[in-house]
Parts: sequence; C-alpha cells; structure tokens
Amino acid sequence: MTANQAVPSKPAGAGAPADLAATPARGSRGRHAGPAVAQPSGAQLRAAGAGHARRLVSVLRAYPLATAGGLVIVAVFLLCFAGPALYHTDQLHVFLSQANLSPRAGHPLGTDNDGSDELGRLMQGGQVSLEVGAAAGVLAAVLGSLWGAAAGYVGGAVDAVMMRIVDAGIAIPGIVLLLLLIAIHRPSTPMLILVIAGTSWLSTARLVRAEALTLRTREYVQAARVMGGGSVRAIVRHIAPNAMGTIVVNVTFQIANAILLLAALSWLGLGVPFPSVDWGDMLGAATQTIDDGYWWQILAPGIAIMVVVVAFTMLGDGLRDGFARDE
Amino acid sequence: MLQAVAVVVIVTLIVFSLLSLAPGSAVASVLGPGSAHRPFLLAYLTWLGRVLHGNLGFSTRLNVSVGSLLATSLPRTLVLTGSATALALVIAIPVGLLQAVRRNTATDHVLRGLTFLFYAMPAFVLGSVLVLFFAVDLHLFGAEGPQAPGIGGVITDTRDMTLPVLTLTLVTIAVFARYMRSSALDSLAQEYVEAAKARGAGERRVVVGHVLRNSLVPVVTLVGLSLPQIVGGAVLVESLFNIQGMGWQIWQAALRQDVPVALGFALVFGVAAAIGSLLADLGYALLDPRVRYAKQ
Repeated sequence: MTANQAVPSKPAGAGAPADLAATPARGSRGRHAGPAVAQPSGAQLRAAGAGHARRLVSVLRAYPLATAGGLVIVAVFLLCFAGPALYHTDQLHVFLSQANLSPRAGHPLGTDNDGSDELGRLMQGGQVSLEVGAAAGVLAAVLGSLWGAAAGYVGGAVDAVMMRIVDAGIAIPGIVLLLLLIAIHRPSTPMLILVIAGTSWLSTARLVRAEALTLRTREYVQAARVMGGGSVRAIVRHIAPNAMGTIVVNVTFQIANAILLLAALSWLGLGVPFPSVDWGDMLGAATQTIDDGYWWQILAPGIAIMVVVVAFTMLGDGLRDGFARDE
Repeated sequence: MLQAVAVVVIVTLIVFSLLSLAPGSAVASVLGPGSAHRPFLLAYLTWLGRVLHGNLGFSTRLNVSVGSLLATSLPRTLVLTGSATALALVIAIPVGLLQAVRRNTATDHVLRGLTFLFYAMPAFVLGSVLVLFFAVDLHLFGAEGPQAPGIGGVITDTRDMTLPVLTLTLVTIAVFARYMRSSALDSLAQEYVEAAKARGAGERRVVVGHVLRNSLVPVVTLVGLSLPQIVGGAVLVESLFNIQGMGWQIWQAALRQDVPVALGFALVFGVAAAIGSLLADLGYALLDPRVRYAKQ
C-alpha cells in the first residue's frame, strides 16, 4: 500500500497549481460536485482514460527532476517489498561459517556478522525504513499543515503564541529531543512514528502559515466567512486545499527527513525494537566491526539511505520548480 | 528581544513537559521522591528555580551531578563544533560564491552535486566511510576521537581529531554552500553590481568588493539558525568517534534511561541554540544598515 503513495502524489500535486490559479472557482465548488455529473458513456470513459494518460505523460515531461526522483522511489519500493518474493534469503538463522563474506556469487552484497545475506537484509530493513519514514513524514506534514494553517488564518495573539512554540521547537535539535524522549520511555514502533513526526512537523508549520497569511485575504475565504462559515471550515476546506502545492512538496522533504532521523536513531541503537531491523541498525552493526574493514556492510545500507533521501529530495525540488514555473 | 526571551522560556517548557507525557515517575526521577503527583505548573516552577540556581539535576545512575558531566563534556563539544563551523565557513563561502558567479556551468553543477551528496549523507555514514578509508586502510588518522581526560589533550591530538572535525565540516559545508550560493545570486542581481560594472570595475572587484560583502550578511543569520543542525550532527559524530562530549553524553543517557542527564543536556542544547539565533538576529542588524535604521 505504501508502495503506491509515491506515484499518485505526482499527478495530484501537478493539479495543485492549476487549482491555485483558478482559486475563486475552487472556493465555491462543493466537495460532492464530481459525482453529480451525468454518467458518461463507455467511449467517453475510454477517451477520458487516454486523456489522463496523455496528461500524465505531459506532466512527467514537464517535471523531469521529479519524474527521475519518483522512478527511483518506485524502484526502491519494488526492491524492498517485491524483491524478497524473488530473491529468497534466510534472515532468521545464524550461519557463523558464512559470516562477514565479501560480495561474491550467491551473495552479491556479501554477508553480515551473523552470516545473513546483505542484499536480503537490505530488502527487509528497507521495508521498515520506508514504512516508518513514510508514515512519520506524512504525519509530520499533516500536523504541521494544520498548525500552520490555523496560526496563519486566525492571526493575532494566537498566531504569535503558536509560532513562538514553533520557534522554540525548531531551536532544539530534533535528535536531542528524540534522545530525551527515548531516555524517558523506550517507544514501540507506532510510538516511534508519532515521536519522529512530533519532532519534525515544525518546519511545515512555518511554510504553511506563510501561505495561509496570504490565502486568508482572498475573496473566496472572505466570502465563506461572510456566509457564516466557521474557522475550522475555512481552514479545512479553503486554506489547506489551496496550500496543497506547498504541502505536497513538503511531504517529500519530510519523508526524507524522517528516514534520516530513523536511521540515526537505529544506528545509535535506539530505533525500532528488536527483532525488526532497518538500514540504520545494519549500519550500527557494521560500525561495531569497522576496524575489520568490512566495507560492504557500511556501503550497502549507507548508499541505500542516500539514494532514497536524494530521490525524495529530487521529487520535492522538481515539483516545487515545476509549480513555480506554472504560476 | 522580548520574543527571544519568550522562545527561551518555551524551550524550557517543552523540554520539561515531555516528562509529564511519559507514563511512570519521570518527574520524580528529576525532582526527587514524593514529587510524582505535584501539579504540572508547580513541578515546572520548582525545576526552573533549581536550574536558574545552577542546579541541573543529579544522576542517580552515575552518582554525579549533571553539572559536573556538563563541565567535562562541554569543552569537547565546543572544540568539535567550533572548529568544524569555522572550517565549513572558510570553505563554503568561496565555494558558494564561485557557484553563483559561474552559475549553470559545469563548475556549478559539479559543486552542486557534491554539496547535495554530503547534504543527503548522514554524518555517521560519511564518518564511517572516512574511517574505513583513512583510518582502517591508510592508517593516516585515528578511528576514534581523542581519549585524553583533559581538554588540552583534545586540542593537541590532531591525529585523532582530524576525522571527527572533517566529518562535521563536510556535513556543515553542505548546509552553508547552498545558502551562500543563493545569497550571492541575490546580490549579483542587485543594482549596485550593475552600477559597479558600469563604472568599469573589473570582475574581481565586483565579486569581492560588492557581491561577497553583501552576501555575507545573511550568512551570519544562517550560522545562528544552523546551530541546531550542527549540534545534531555533533551528536552523531561524537557517538561514532567515541568523543565524550555533550552529544555522546545525551546518547549514553538515552541508552541507560537516565532522565536527569538527558533532561539537563537537552535543556542546555535548546537554550544555547535559541540564544544562538538571537545573537544571529542582533548580528544581522549590526551588519545591515537597512535593518538597523528601520528599527530606529
């Protein structure tokens, strides 16, 4: 399920600038406007399908950097989630006779200290890194967007207080806050997702607040207010959807950041609880025996982390540049 | 100014309120037995009062005060982060400037790719690769930071200090160079650059006398605002190279669930970073006459 998230975000994101441009129409459009349209015939549906495909291709062409990043992300997800079905390895038992083998036939990336195949472990560890990273990144973006939209929309003293909290939170290094939380209570995996999101939503809040400050003066928001719509409705229905371009771009950066934070924690021996392993755990084990020079145990997870982080950053950079060009 | 004070107060509030989020008696482990059911505000004020009197808490695990741990670890972290930040600035400013002047040429692309690579590479991966290459293969430098007890040993032990400083420097350059590039690009587009060119000033004079000078102003802010990132990198670098600095201490505190130490160090990190960004704002106003006069 997570494997699909990277792909649809592109066309969805690509739609955002158009929505931003056509803001007055958007504001007056109801949520259920779509299904109310008369049932189209089969031919129309096929034509629409071809239209979507063509639109997708043109969007991909217009966003080459984002497309490259997106393709890499899809490839890594496939490797981690579909890979184990094709490339069988035993990650449960210890084979001391096979320990610390350098890359060779049968073990393309070598083996680790327990004799487990490094490529197979990379796939399994990647599942944890990607799942936790994606979940924490999306959660952080959602939290930050709501906080920022509320602060920017309400304004005044509420805004000042909310943003000083963000300033203070950003001043404390994320890893330090995480280490303090872990010293107080060792988190389970779902808690870890919450905790990583809880320390990284602040940058999103700043971005979305800036956006909300300009959006709140738009006519459609004013109109909604005059018609008696409440603040919550304005934030959820008007401010947040129209800041979607910024938010979608930010999700990709948040995911990259969450993957890095999780890797750092796992590397420190404080990540997902045993017996789960992620790329950071693999690196941590390799660091223990670094004096023996088993370079493949460092390079395999290290390069995996970098590739994913670079890919998510490229996706975000590409989308942002594309949005800026469209506007 | 008032805002900065508010931020520092909120930092203490955030740090302390984390204790109450956790189940069990995290508050009691800091304030002593019998304080577990104290109302939050009262517990917070008690703790804040002690901190303001210089009492950061006591680790029952190690049987030492948090203050004495801080006294031994702070100098190491200062040496590491200070030298890495200074080196990173010395390297990142010319690199960013060169990128801006040679914008969209091969030089720019190569440097951009390199800084991006270091940006995406976690400090512990970069450090491990450096250790593999320079310490394990070539035996040029030590694989571990200086283990001498005093701060003097840390400063003089360049063989063991090279790789930790190099790791943190490279990670920090990646942050600085990107900013320096865009800051210099902004300066290049200003009218005074055109005016200088129109007066017949050579490229060297334009770049050094006008672009460099004016793009240094945002860099002052950047250093202040990057403090959390640099400190975060230092936590990882200290852990990798076994340097008993502040980052190493908070890591060890997390491993042995030592709440008073983790709380005290998180507080110092947070307050230091908040003050850093305040100083950066003040420095910005000092350097940029437009900001200075606008405030008067």
